[in-house]
Amino acid sequence: MDNQSRKGWLYLLPAILFLGAFMVYPLIDVFIYSFEEGYNSASQTHMGIGTYNYGYILRDPYFLQAVKNTFILVVITVPLSTGIALLISVALSSIQKLRHLFQTVYFLPYVTNTLAVGLVFMILFKKTAYSDGLANLIIGLFGAGPIDFIDGPYWAKMFVLCFYTIWVVMPFKILILTSALASVKQDYYNAARIDGTPRWRIFTKITLPMISPMLFYLIITGFIGAFKAYSDAVALFGTNLNAAEMNTIVGYVYDMLYGNSGGYPSYASAAAIILFVIVLTITCINLLVSKKHTHY
Amino acid sequence: MKVYLENLTKKFPSRNKKDPTEVVAVDNFTFEIPDGKLIGLLGPSGCGKSTALNLICGLQKPTSGRIFFGDDDVTGLPPENRGVGLVFQNYALYPHLTVRQNIIFPLENLRGKDKMTKEQMYAKADEIAGLVQLDGLMDRKPSELSGGQQQRVAIARALVKMPQVLLLDEPLSNLDARLRLQTREEIRRIQKETGITTVFVTHDQDEAMSISDMIVVMKAGVLQQIGAPQEVYDDPVNLFVAKFLGTPPISVYSGSVKAGKLYIGDEAVMNVSGVEDRDVTVGIRPEGYILDENGPLTCLLNRVEVMGRDISVVSTHACSLSEANRSIISAENRVDTAAGTVRFALKPAKVFLFDTVTEARIPFTAK
Amino acid sequence: MNSVSYEKIEKSAAARKKILNTVVYVFLGLWGVMVLFPFYWMLLTSVKSYGSYNAEYIPKFFTLTPTLQNYADAFTAVPLAKYFFNTVIFTLATTAIMLAVIIPAAFAFARLQFKGRDLVFTLFLSLMMIPNELVIITNYTTITNLDLRNSFVGLILPSVASVFYIYLLKENFAQIPDELYYAAKVDGTSDWKYLWKVMMPICRPTVVTITILKIIECWNSYVWPRLVTDDPAYYLVSNGIQEIRENGFGRENIPAMMAAVVVISVPLVVLFLIFRNKIMEGVARGGTKG
Repeated sequence: MDNQSRKGWLYLLPAILFLGAFMVYPLIDVFIYSFEEGYNSASQTHMGIGTYNYGYILRDPYFLQAVKNTFILVVITVPLSTGIALLISVALSSIQKLRHLFQTVYFLPYVTNTLAVGLVFMILFKKTAYSDGLANLIIGLFGAGPIDFIDGPYWAKMFVLCFYTIWVVMPFKILILTSALASVKQDYYNAARIDGTPRWRIFTKITLPMISPMLFYLIITGFIGAFKAYSDAVALFGTNLNAAEMNTIVGYVYDMLYGNSGGYPSYASAAAIILFVIVLTITCINLLVSKKHTHY
Repeated sequence: MKVYLENLTKKFPSRNKKDPTEVVAVDNFTFEIPDGKLIGLLGPSGCGKSTALNLICGLQKPTSGRIFFGDDDVTGLPPENRGVGLVFQNYALYPHLTVRQNIIFPLENLRGKDKMTKEQMYAKADEIAGLVQLDGLMDRKPSELSGGQQQRVAIARALVKMPQVLLLDEPLSNLDARLRLQTREEIRRIQKETGITTVFVTHDQDEAMSISDMIVVMKAGVLQQIGAPQEVYDDPVNLFVAKFLGTPPISVYSGSVKAGKLYIGDEAVMNVSGVEDRDVTVGIRPEGYILDENGPLTCLLNRVEVMGRDISVVSTHACSLSEANRSIISAENRVDTAAGTVRFALKPAKVFLFDTVTEARIPFTAK
Repeated sequence: MNSVSYEKIEKSAAARKKILNTVVYVFLGLWGVMVLFPFYWMLLTSVKSYGSYNAEYIPKFFTLTPTLQNYADAFTAVPLAKYFFNTVIFTLATTAIMLAVIIPAAFAFARLQFKGRDLVFTLFLSLMMIPNELVIITNYTTITNLDLRNSFVGLILPSVASVFYIYLLKENFAQIPDELYYAAKVDGTSDWKYLWKVMMPICRPTVVTITILKIIECWNSYVWPRLVTDDPAYYLVSNGIQEIRENGFGRENIPAMMAAVVVISVPLVVLFLIFRNKIMEGVARGGTKG
């Protein structure tokens, strides 16, 4: 190897070591784990090779609950958050005054600790012996009875989880969409105005196609992010998500790995790989659709 | 449609915080654009000509003054109700739509009695495409077209709804030199065929002179002169207009008038009557020089450039205010390049006098 | 058409614009309230006394007797200061090591010519697709087997690697014109010196952005710290707050909990307000949450 090459590899060495040890090796290992049956983490031995782990988790009601929860969360939050973010971004782009202030405020949730702010949401929605909580106070104004959103019925809990998830992902989407909108040249709008194009038509025929690549990027990353939901749920419902019926697939992986029900890296691996396959499939579908619908 | 601007003014608030004075982009314009003519709005960049265009089409609101289309006051009218077509400097073609979709875009906005069926739109689009010679390109995307073709699509899109006034913002600036010549002929032809009153903005005097029925010269928001190109060229109102029009540019000297004679340096070069004794700025068009061994104006000869039909003599003079003066003379003349000096007589019609301070034209009669 | 109908058109256009504008501002204002309200509520609750908070059956939107007692409690009744300190160490160490790793790597990809470079770069890029959830399982076992649980080393090492930032920095390095490098070579500047004296100053904005984004990421990290620490002496703020929620303060002391939440949120909010433009621009260039 010549001098130049040696130098190049030397500069890369730290990165290669870190990535090799903590990304490449684990990636290979996780597949091996997932096929090792009866793995014992204390003795680090296993009894055989096979698909038993997959079979086990696919019959595990906790896993099925987690899959159900995750899909509901994805189906609700991705379209809603993207839609609202688009509305907000369009509104933001149409104003001059206070625009900067609004942008700054809207971005604030991005830099806050999900766990910490989740606690605030919890107390806003929680019904305790002392108080029904602020959320119940508000729905009380419309005559609805107090609901315990944190320890109560499934859909109440799911509502809070979706609500908080949307609140958390909004800053990123608004930011991306406002910069996408800003990159559409004013001339296009002027040309459309001179031709007397109605606002709605400008939006659907010019704005949307122009920002469609960014919109699809957001939808794809939105799907990936929502499938990996976990800490939002922990923030609202505590670490024992199975008991709260609010576990997610990622939560299931961690629970299998560690904690009261933990110590089963094989099950965790199988669940993680199933998650990966789901995400990969959805991403591929998204990419195919976006290829068809983005124009340039 | 006749367009009339009355005391039109547009001021912008200053962007510079230290200097809060307003920027006057268009200062008290009053002029009439006759029906069916091609008008060139001409001036150096930043002179407010694009603002003037935006005021006419309604994208910007004037600070004061009025705009009339025919007899109708359209000052407060939004652009879509004015019936104007605008071609943008960078064309602003919708990149995700095909040429045909781009052209019919304005038609799809029509409502009520003007509403058209798809077939009518396609027919109309094909008709316009034929006019601007876009046949065969209708299903392409703008990114698959050359600059000149994109320009023609932009014109077609502006024309398709038969505007009362067509406005073009620097229509040729994004084209290369050869296409520019070709496209300006094209614009002239399309305007002639449709008979639509057309205003185009340019900083290139050559372009404006060659195709306009009338040119409007602007400087720093102020209208300088309006007229037919040749008229403005032959009879500029001030030094700015004289300098801005014409290639090669007019040569400028400092001179003086004493007792009915025009002096450049110590030499009396011409008789001028009707002018009192004073210092003046003298402008001489390149074609105003006559090669003459006994001519009154003696210049130091720099070099001679042969251009085929003409020759261009580059010379300097102690009183010259420009770096070098170019004079265009017929190639039948022979210039002795070995000689250090060259002498000229002057054609009085090609010589202009200006005030040294206000730069306004000083009329004289040559005797 | 005459001028009367023109006036009508003009008037209705102006009126429509006004209504639309009002709707837009009301809508934006509502979302602003939606975003800010939790922050307000957290501040408000943190200055209500334990007694008065629990006495409010209907929560009050203000308090006339603010108290700082909850903040004192947050630092004395639970080891919040310890969590805070741990997080600072974790964040600074992780960010520093990451920079030390990615800067040379980005330089090698952008500037040095050697065999296999493009292949390795492609492999690096493909690693960006790998979700953290997939590799965290083995990392957990690795750290456990190495007996590194409940240690800073165990916390930090797996958090260092960041392919995306290598990519971001490499792209930025690659924008520096080659001429500068050749000029430096002619003057006898070493690669190492060129990297630190020429490239780094030019690319400072990107490096600052990456640093800030990594700091935010570290400060908010929850999953990995939760897996490898069960000794509260090594808890970071995220785990700390979860611990406080489940076992802290002996009873449901929500005002004190909110005080703790305020304390751990403030550093990032301040950082954000200072580097607002850098952060937003950096995130817009391709960051994602988490």
